[in-house]
Amino acid sequence: MKRGLKPDTNRTEPLLRIAGLSKHYVQQRTFSRAEFTVNAFQDVDVELFRGKTLALVGESGAGKSSLARCIALLERPSAGKIELESEDLLALNRKALFRIRRQIQMIFQEPVSALNPRLNACEIIAEPLAIQREGTQLQQRERALQLMEQVGLDAKWERKLPFEFSGGQRQRLAIARALALRPSVLILDEALSNLDASNQALILELLAQLQVSHSLAYLHISHDLRLVSQFADEVAVMYESRIVERKKTHDLFASPEHLYTKELLATVHSVESILLERSA
Amino acid sequence: MHTLLAVKNLNVSYRRGDVRQQDAVQDVSFDITPGEVLGLMGESGCGKTSIALAVLGLLSKEQAHISGSIQFLGKQLLAIDQSALRSVRGAGISMVFQEPGIALNPVMQVRDQVAEVIHAHKDLNWKQCRENAEWMLGRAGLPRDQRIFSAYPHQLSKGQQQRIALAQALACEPALVIADEPTASLDARSQDELLALLRELQSELRISILLISHSAEVQARLTDRLMVMNQGRIVERGRFEELYRNPLHACTKAMLRTGAPADVAEDVDLEMVR
Amino acid sequence: MKYFARRLFHATLLLLAVSIFSFAILQLTPGDFFAPMGLNPQISSRTIAGLRSQHDLDRPLPARYGHWLWGVLKGDLGRSFAYNSPVTRLLAVRARNTLLLTGTAMLLAWLIAIPLGMWSAVHRGKWGDRAAGVMTSGLLAIPDLVLFLVLLLAAVRTGWFPTGGMVSASFSDLNAWNKGKDLAEHLFLPALGLAIATLPTLLRHVRSAMIEVLEAPFIQAARAHGIAERRVLFRYALPVAANPLISLFGFSVGTMLSASLLVEVILSWPGIGPLLVDAILAKDVYVVIGAVMLSSILLVAGNLFADVLLFAIDPRIRVE
Repeated sequence: MKRGLKPDTNRTEPLLRIAGLSKHYVQQRTFSRAEFTVNAFQDVDVELFRGKTLALVGESGAGKSSLARCIALLERPSAGKIELESEDLLALNRKALFRIRRQIQMIFQEPVSALNPRLNACEIIAEPLAIQREGTQLQQRERALQLMEQVGLDAKWERKLPFEFSGGQRQRLAIARALALRPSVLILDEALSNLDASNQALILELLAQLQVSHSLAYLHISHDLRLVSQFADEVAVMYESRIVERKKTHDLFASPEHLYTKELLATVHSVESILLERSA
Repeated sequence: MHTLLAVKNLNVSYRRGDVRQQDAVQDVSFDITPGEVLGLMGESGCGKTSIALAVLGLLSKEQAHISGSIQFLGKQLLAIDQSALRSVRGAGISMVFQEPGIALNPVMQVRDQVAEVIHAHKDLNWKQCRENAEWMLGRAGLPRDQRIFSAYPHQLSKGQQQRIALAQALACEPALVIADEPTASLDARSQDELLALLRELQSELRISILLISHSAEVQARLTDRLMVMNQGRIVERGRFEELYRNPLHACTKAMLRTGAPADVAEDVDLEMVR
Repeated sequence: MKYFARRLFHATLLLLAVSIFSFAILQLTPGDFFAPMGLNPQISSRTIAGLRSQHDLDRPLPARYGHWLWGVLKGDLGRSFAYNSPVTRLLAVRARNTLLLTGTAMLLAWLIAIPLGMWSAVHRGKWGDRAAGVMTSGLLAIPDLVLFLVLLLAAVRTGWFPTGGMVSASFSDLNAWNKGKDLAEHLFLPALGLAIATLPTLLRHVRSAMIEVLEAPFIQAARAHGIAERRVLFRYALPVAANPLISLFGFSVGTMLSASLLVEVILSWPGIGPLLVDAILAKDVYVVIGAVMLSSILLVAGNLFADVLLFAIDPRIRVE
């Protein structure tokens, strides 16, 4: 099911290990004393490997984005552990965390709001370098141009502003920016959802290439199971804030166990099967 | 069989100030017959939504320059005044928008939002409008529960919100519904349910649908004929199955995902948006 | 309920702090109420000392403060040296007059700002909106002082309106209808002045709130369903635009005792303003503190009012 563009690396040590991760929010009703707890996600165990993609599927509101943000270190979980190459990330102080952040980068669903509308392409890509103070301005610009070429954008567009790019191109920009600090983990939160079909295919192709060349581990959140079947090595299914099933892609699609997984898979139809059903 | 909607040589170009900017829609012509589902596919920004807005007269003279002909049941929509246009909107041609969360009034109860549409077109008192609205909401798949009817949009899920939008669009039994990416913001299960509902209602009420969607699967479920757009122009059209099996244009191949991405790379996406 | 209790508690702390601060500040300025008397060679320093001691001005500040605070809890705000009467009674009358003025002015300002702001937003960019914009900029640029003086000048020159005071000397002789007429005549100029002074900001807020709402997708969706434009404006746009305006309204209520100071002084309206100014200059301590406290209470109440109003009107704020 998955196009074999990458070598099948041996299952060595996990690059990123998440154990028992939980997050809950406590909300208070206005004008009253009642508080209630909302569980974003509970007891999540996940492992990411270099060169492999783990897909996270489930309904909107199941906590996938919240989980992604915690792994990307944008939010703090309520409990659990995040280990990057055996280093406990949640135990680090702010300064050490600042240096670790470059290792885990995130691509968001909506490229429009993820890119600063007042910076041009080159500045957007170079921004992480500037924040982490890597290289001189000249070196930063050179690296930004390099990255633009890598993601398939013409370097002569370096001064263009985000609104001048199409949706697919903006995602490429976002990817280039994410790669600037040479991360080892890339988290994609519905990064393909706002793109049309042709762009989705192109971006997936790009991501696959980059995964091989940069030896990246991907955590890809998506509600589109058809796409998932194409790009994922392993799939984790989230239902009501817990992971209810986790299998290799082929196994999950061939023999799903959990009721929810079965329900989800039932909604995936290929054009062929739909046409068949209609003509019947 | 007479035509429901006949669009000829439609041109839409947006303006900024007095300057004519992009030609969003160039020389587009198509027909819709009663009871048929016409699909419209294309990349984001290729002009699909502009066509919908132009048909409904939702673009003001300051926003865009529109030329051509849009005939609906014999009436020339580009020539009639606002009040005549108003009676067409919602009752003759209605629209379902992409993001239900922002297309619904955030401070009005769900039932009232549907009732408003009914009240705008039918000569009924408010009590009757509300009753009709509740019936319509039930028909759109929402549980017949007063708590849901009195709820506000933000209290409901996206799937439920889209059903409300559908109820609004169908409340006055229009002849044509324009559905602009109706399932784009929904998760897999809600998408499935909504499409099944649309198909059911379409055949039951015999309405025509102009289905705008970039997803081949969505089009496959509902569409009879399909048009593929690229940069404001229709590049290929025909029966859906025909296009799926024998796509001629590169864009069609890309959208229906029957071609390898590499073939398409030069034609799509990598050109700059002007 | 816990929420209200907490707000009340914070408010009390705030008021306490304000009172301490006011006392301290007044103490820092040189002299006291009776100091100017020392300039008069005919009044002996012994008399002055006696007066001071009579009004407890020779006691240390903390003691005076404590005494005052104890009085407040019993409902006694102290005594005014200048008027030789309880502060409470004095403030009550003046506050009533001020509230009458600001209430009328607020009503006037909002009654003009809402329709004008809505109209401006709908006809954005056209000549009507531009004209309104120029007018508001002009009004904003004119110092309030100048504005009120111009009104005073107009009153003096034309004689159409009384030039000061709240009622005529013969007020008590008039029948009910004429009493009302007399009051209205006196009220007109100051209320107009205050309304004009607050109108520009209000107008801008209404206009921008409406513009923002009118660009929202749900408005376009409502039009797409064939809802009449007037209904879209009033039943769809305005309720949502009201959100920021309601907070603004709540805050306006909070400033009802303080906003009118300048206009009261210039147009001689017997409100808290002139009283406060005189009291500060004369160092009539308890009057000043009393007026400041009253204003603070209204401010806090206004904020709370804004929150309650918002909660009552906007369903999005109520957590399910």
